[in-house]
Amino acid sequence: MSDLQQLRAEAEAAIGAAGSAAELEELRVRYLGRKSELTRALRSIGELPPEQRGPVGKEANEVRRALEELLRERGGELEASELDRRLAQDRIDVTLPGDPPLPVGHLHLVSQIRRQMEDIFIGLGFSVLEGPEVEYGYYNFTSLNHPPDHPARQPQDTFYFRDSILLRTHTSPMQVRAMEAQEPPIYIVVPGRTYRPDTPDATHVPMFHQLEGLAVDEDITLADLQGVLLAFARQMFGEETEVRLRPGYFPFTEPSVEVDVSCFRCGGTGYLGAERCPTCKGEGWIEILGSGMVDPNVLGYVIDNGYDPERVQGFAWGMGIERIAMLVHEVPDLRLLFENDVRVLEQFGA
Amino acid sequence: MRIPVAWLRSYCDPALPAEDIADRLTMAGLKLERLHRTGVGDIAGFLTGRVLRVDRHPSADRLTVCSVDIGGPEPQTIVCGAPNVAPGQTVAVALPGALMPDGTVLGEATLRGVRSSGMILAEDEVGIGEDHAGIMVLADGARPGAPLSEHLPIADEVIEIEITPNRPDAMGVYGVARDLRAATAAPLAEDPTAADAEPRGTDSAEDHAAVEIADPDICLRFTARVFEGVKVGPSPLWLKQRLMAVGQRPISNVVDITNYVMLTCSQPLHAFDLGEVRGSRIVVRKAAEGETMTTLDDVERTFTSEMALVCDAEGPSGIAGIMGGQISEVSEKTTRVLMEAATWVGPNIMRTSRALGLRTEASARFEKQLHPDLAMAGQRLAARLMVDLCGARMVPGTIDAYPAPKGLRTVSLRHERITRLLGEEIAPEEVRAILLRLGFGESADGWVVPPWRDSDVQREADLIEEVARIHGLDKLPTTLPSRRRAVGRLTPRQWLRRRLEDALRDRGLDECVSYSFTSPQAIERLRLEYQPLLRIDNPLSEELSVMRPLLLPGLLDAARHNAAHGRAGVALFESAHVYLPADAPDVPDDVSPRGSKPADEPEHLAALVTQAAPGGWRTAPRAADFHALKGLLEAVLGVARVDWRAEPLPRPFLHPGRAADVLAGDGAELGWIGELHPLVTRAWELDGPVAAFEVDFGVVAELAPAAAVYRDVTTFPGVLQDIAVVVPEEVPAADVEAAVRSGGGELLERLAIFDLYRGEQVGEGRKSLALRLEFRAPERTLTDAEVAERRAAIERELAEIGGKLRA
Repeated sequence: MSDLQQLRAEAEAAIGAAGSAAELEELRVRYLGRKSELTRALRSIGELPPEQRGPVGKEANEVRRALEELLRERGGELEASELDRRLAQDRIDVTLPGDPPLPVGHLHLVSQIRRQMEDIFIGLGFSVLEGPEVEYGYYNFTSLNHPPDHPARQPQDTFYFRDSILLRTHTSPMQVRAMEAQEPPIYIVVPGRTYRPDTPDATHVPMFHQLEGLAVDEDITLADLQGVLLAFARQMFGEETEVRLRPGYFPFTEPSVEVDVSCFRCGGTGYLGAERCPTCKGEGWIEILGSGMVDPNVLGYVIDNGYDPERVQGFAWGMGIERIAMLVHEVPDLRLLFENDVRVLEQFGA
Repeated sequence: MRIPVAWLRSYCDPALPAEDIADRLTMAGLKLERLHRTGVGDIAGFLTGRVLRVDRHPSADRLTVCSVDIGGPEPQTIVCGAPNVAPGQTVAVALPGALMPDGTVLGEATLRGVRSSGMILAEDEVGIGEDHAGIMVLADGARPGAPLSEHLPIADEVIEIEITPNRPDAMGVYGVARDLRAATAAPLAEDPTAADAEPRGTDSAEDHAAVEIADPDICLRFTARVFEGVKVGPSPLWLKQRLMAVGQRPISNVVDITNYVMLTCSQPLHAFDLGEVRGSRIVVRKAAEGETMTTLDDVERTFTSEMALVCDAEGPSGIAGIMGGQISEVSEKTTRVLMEAATWVGPNIMRTSRALGLRTEASARFEKQLHPDLAMAGQRLAARLMVDLCGARMVPGTIDAYPAPKGLRTVSLRHERITRLLGEEIAPEEVRAILLRLGFGESADGWVVPPWRDSDVQREADLIEEVARIHGLDKLPTTLPSRRRAVGRLTPRQWLRRRLEDALRDRGLDECVSYSFTSPQAIERLRLEYQPLLRIDNPLSEELSVMRPLLLPGLLDAARHNAAHGRAGVALFESAHVYLPADAPDVPDDVSPRGSKPADEPEHLAALVTQAAPGGWRTAPRAADFHALKGLLEAVLGVARVDWRAEPLPRPFLHPGRAADVLAGDGAELGWIGELHPLVTRAWELDGPVAAFEVDFGVVAELAPAAAVYRDVTTFPGVLQDIAVVVPEEVPAADVEAAVRSGGGELLERLAIFDLYRGEQVGEGRKSLALRLEFRAPERTLTDAEVAERRAAIERELAEIGGKLRA
């Protein structure tokens, strides 16, 4: 073995055994530095006889390249293991909780449902209109065909400020207000707060929300009402939902209908397994709103604005927003919606 | 209204189970509330029997041991406690194993050593009546061992329906039968009120009594008939059972007849003991103010001058249409009866009943306005029963005070209107068949409305409703409006409100919905001596008696509720109306206010925070201080792109040093922001700083620009510079900003304060604000000289307010 090969073997063993970057640097200087045996050998090539210069130079360069390569490789290895060691020291307890997140707030369940309803009816061509809550008896009762002695006008059923000024008991006063302000055709929904002097219990509170609907045009029919409410019900309660119109009675619609939807919890069967469905109480249908064709007497109050009952007709409905919210989200007690308990608020409306 | 199915079937039997009948009625507008079962649990185990022998019980004086033939090979031995049991009687027997009305199963019993294989029944034991004095003795002729249900209605189903105010006719079983027939086309028995009793004698009712209507505006009609030789006693079992099934207690045959007629055809009646009617004379008049009378329920009642009374020659004997008085009540001694069937004015009855807090079966019907024809219908059915059940002689003639006889209404119906309104073509012959089945009469001028539907069916639309409900709304096609010229949308204002609510929601706030009412005390606790409040005349309580003029109290209530339930750190907002009195005209109820609004109802947006950000194991919670809230408000108004500023201004409910007015760029007042006064937080039982703001969303929406217009920020580079400004402590940051802006001129595009320093380096009584400035010219690249010039101008402006740039 030539001296060069011996040198190479010795250097390879040393590099392989090097344990740190510093050690490796030392070896680089020793074997490849200016004063190293190899450098000296390369420098002294000129002193050799001409026929030896080629083979010796070639061999020396090969050894140099091999050692350089080996140093790089070993350097990489050492670097990686040092990083590993350092990272191992940086270990944290991943089981500790994270920083408190930027909290997510919540819309109130009533707002969530209200927006959902608004959006559905916007898609069906209705505009969203709002109106005063402190209202005149004229709009809340008289123009809605309630005779002067109608029981709903009693102070047991209506909050009053003065004889003719009250808190609206439904969103329906916006029917005549809207028709006074806009000629037909009219397609509106009116969400908002409504009031009745009910002592709070699980199903009554003195303030609640309704969403009124009104469509008046030349050729609106009861069948159209069914279509609109079916489209609403399927978006609100699920695509399988059916609606059922039942005869009802309201002073300001004729014919009047009560609208039921097939129970979305039990699929209209009335049963969840062997248990009676608690949502529809085993009936398979849930009453969700009152509705009907706008009574000709109501149109008579806005006849001057183009609402001649011989020429135009339409439908109207009113539904409770809380009722829908409670049905869909299985909220057992109406009062829970007005306590503003964040443990409840946090469950909805993100 | 409870409708016994067996009774209903006696008029109209579509041969359907009760559930299906209820379903048909529901879809015709008489909604099922509940289906009840009355009487015994199962008719098996109840038989007729014949008493063969009655022996004394060997060891009990009050018991007998009866041998009863129940059709089997051997008679049954039954121990009986009734005093009236006797050999030869046909009786009702329950055998061991029978399911009784209360749900118990009858067992074999040994009574004082004698084994009893069953029970001989009293009427209360099968739910037919209330009598328990003795056993029922049935008519002879029943075969021993025959099922008892062949002879007595011992089990029935009852359909309880919800009555809408337009259907007084459905408050009678025959009225419901009429709808059932219309809905199913099953045959309908003859109207039980059609046939009259045969009068006897040559005298006339007028010979026995007189009737005068003194105030015709309270009574449309008053009819009276006279019956003599009346034998007052218990009603027959079939009648008792029908009353019991409806939920009425049987009293005596005469009283039961009045109730039965009402429950059949909705016309209430009243029976007077004619012997007790002073002067044999009835006067219908309004009460004198303060007049009193004791009603049948033994309560003395005081009347106002609007209330209608039925009086005799000496004083009141009943409240018209609501309840009779004790004075001429029918008793066991009664032999002469004056039967009243009157027609009262519905709204008057409703007012009286409401004012007296006295709602009766009669008033519930009269208040829905009955047609005067029904009075005679009631008289006819009552007369037949008085003759049949009380052995009475009907005196010929009817006393009929009927000042303004009322005809039947005729309503025209255009066939094309049905299709136009319903969106479905119903064949003319079906329309005709439906109306005829409902009892409407055909005439040349239109459809004649039967008296029992007079109050409800007055116009073409009402007739169309009749057709629709019987034809079946379930057959209606499902279509959508053609929607010419209709576009659904939110207004820009509604859209902006959602965006602002979302901005708060996305920053971690929970939305509240609190009552629009608050208490005057809450306003006081806010230390507000407030402008006039909108006060409710008839509030539920003092706590809910005024309309809130600001949203803050509701948010404070919510924070208190949550603190009391272990959640002291909350961030809440509400978006709702507040209410202020307006100078509104007092418009009578029958005149359109032409769109005017009776109160001011600004829409507010308010937030209340007791903790700005929650803490964790390595971060401290962020307190709800002024600047935390101001950051939120900046976000909200930034969403609206409304330029605004805060100017110090104390409010009674805010910390005096940490309160500000929120003003728009143009000076318009948007609202307030601040930390709450410690006395306010204490009043709501809250600890630590609580900060809040409330702005008028309407003003914000008005100021919000419609669409942003593009500004060039990419063509020419801007120049960024940070400066530190030292000013006396009392100079507000806003003044520094203003000075810098003024010096920076148009080239100063943006400015932001990013640090505040107090300490030795700036000296006592001074502070240093660090600002980042961004200069830019829209049409050229700025030179160093231009920026240096602006900076010099800024220095000059700062000097004006005692400030200087820090090196």
